Amino acid sequence: MTQGIYEILSNEKIALNVYKMILCGDTSAITASGQFVNIKLDGKFLRRPISICDYNDKTITIIYKVVGVGTEQMCEMLAGEKLDVLVGLGNGYNLDKSGDRPLLLGGGVGVPPMYNLCKKLIDQGNKVSVILGFNTKEEVFLEDDFKALGAEVTVTTADGSYGVKGFVTDAMKNIDYTYFFTCGPMPMFKAIEATAVTSGQYSFEERMGCGFGACMGCSCKTKYGNKRICKDGPVLEREEIIW
Amino acid sequence: MVNTKVKLSGIELDNPIIPASGTFGFGYEFAEIYDINCLGTFSFKGTTKDPRFGNPTPRIAECDAGMINAVGLQNPGVEKVISEELPKLKACFNKPVMANVSGFSVEDYAYTVEMLDSQEQIGWFEVNVSCPNVHGGGMSFGTSAEAAAEVTSSVRKVTKKPLYIKLSPNVTNIVEIAKACEESGADGISMINTMLGMRIDLKTRKPVIANKMGGFSGPAIKPVALRMVYQVYEAVKVPIIGMGGIATAEDVIEMMLAGATAVEIGAQNLVDPFACKDIIDNLPKVMEKYKIDNLSSIIGGAH
Repeated sequence: MTQGIYEILSNEKIALNVYKMILCGDTSAITASGQFVNIKLDGKFLRRPISICDYNDKTITIIYKVVGVGTEQMCEMLAGEKLDVLVGLGNGYNLDKSGDRPLLLGGGVGVPPMYNLCKKLIDQGNKVSVILGFNTKEEVFLEDDFKALGAEVTVTTADGSYGVKGFVTDAMKNIDYTYFFTCGPMPMFKAIEATAVTSGQYSFEERMGCGFGACMGCSCKTKYGNKRICKDGPVLEREEIIW
Repeated sequence: MVNTKVKLSGIELDNPIIPASGTFGFGYEFAEIYDINCLGTFSFKGTTKDPRFGNPTPRIAECDAGMINAVGLQNPGVEKVISEELPKLKACFNKPVMANVSGFSVEDYAYTVEMLDSQEQIGWFEVNVSCPNVHGGGMSFGTSAEAAAEVTSSVRKVTKKPLYIKLSPNVTNIVEIAKACEESGADGISMINTMLGMRIDLKTRKPVIANKMGGFSGPAIKPVALRMVYQVYEAVKVPIIGMGGIATAEDVIEMMLAGATAVEIGAQNLVDPFACKDIIDNLPKVMEKYKIDNLSSIIGGAH
């Protein structure tokens, strides 16, 4: 974990209530896909934990949905403004178990961390399938970006206004995969848990105090003992999760 | 060169900065980001007789100028603290540490303190009779002078180490409780724990915290903490560890002027993991600004 001041290079709307922000600064603390950053905002006491969508040696890309007062404030920020950010938080996904045909399932604002993961899995020679689930057409984002990486992409919308009508699990049944990685809302996780035929990794969300393991605010029980979502997670393996 | 040293029940601290229990774990995770030996000491995660998961989540809620937590004393239990946590701490911290202890009965408190008493790393005990997040214990001992006195005297019997009792602000008369602890053998008072608070989510129309209420901390409670430390300083002879909303070196000085010998920093560690280090680095500069050569000389200076 590092703390630093990051300059906003861009901050643009990419879908309904969804924004993409690129931050410039030290990225050396990021060690895995699926980690997150924790952002200090003027006038807000606690930081805002947001997953990392992508990064390179100079920039971090985050994609966030406006859901409350903090993200409302963030979406108003302009290029050139600066943010105090803790970087390289959480464990991230472990790619070692992917097999040669991993499946990525992202739901809504759970889609972003799948992007860098997809890139890395393709880099290690995997044939990657991606299912992106949204409520409706106006919420769809990153479809072309995943295609550009070379992944086999399926988009689902709950109302059928775009792609396959239904949920990610409706598309999951038609795909042959060796392992799965997912991030999204709890109802989606429960549906995946009921559908998946392989091992996999889930990235969880919880209200956090610190985001770096100090306050025990986001603890959960697992088969391997108590874990902190922020420090021992957010990614947990299917075998250890207590539903 | 200014002197930041203070003496806490016979043990000298390089400075009065103490990360508060529950915001610093057992120290070793902060040691990954800076050398925690710069601290005066720190108060480790509240330890109970048996392991505890704590309350259901969500157990954190943001507030204006602060936060509410309802963690509920999650800890691995005293045996594992001794066998696993303290050895890890020893590898990165070479000063005496403050052992924070909670319980659900007078016997629990005495048992846990007695277990920890033989650990050489422990310099002081801070007995928490003020956790607002557990039922059938915690705060219920800190809201009556009789119960607080009973815990103090039973713990006093099992340790000769300096004994601080951590008090709750959720009371009518904190002075009376502080005096009862002093009379029952406490070497000092640690104050204040969090204030009982609540947030309600407008979308769900329900409390944000699963446990409904929780402990409110952060800069918003600093004036309450200052007032209570000021009042207790006038009523007791034992030293006070002051806490509640401390975020800067200026806050440290203000709390010491109210009557604190040392200060604890809590919520600020969660927002800024480098908070205590930054306060320690800034302290000499701020002392010079206010013409303070010797920090211990200002204790209770506002009286």
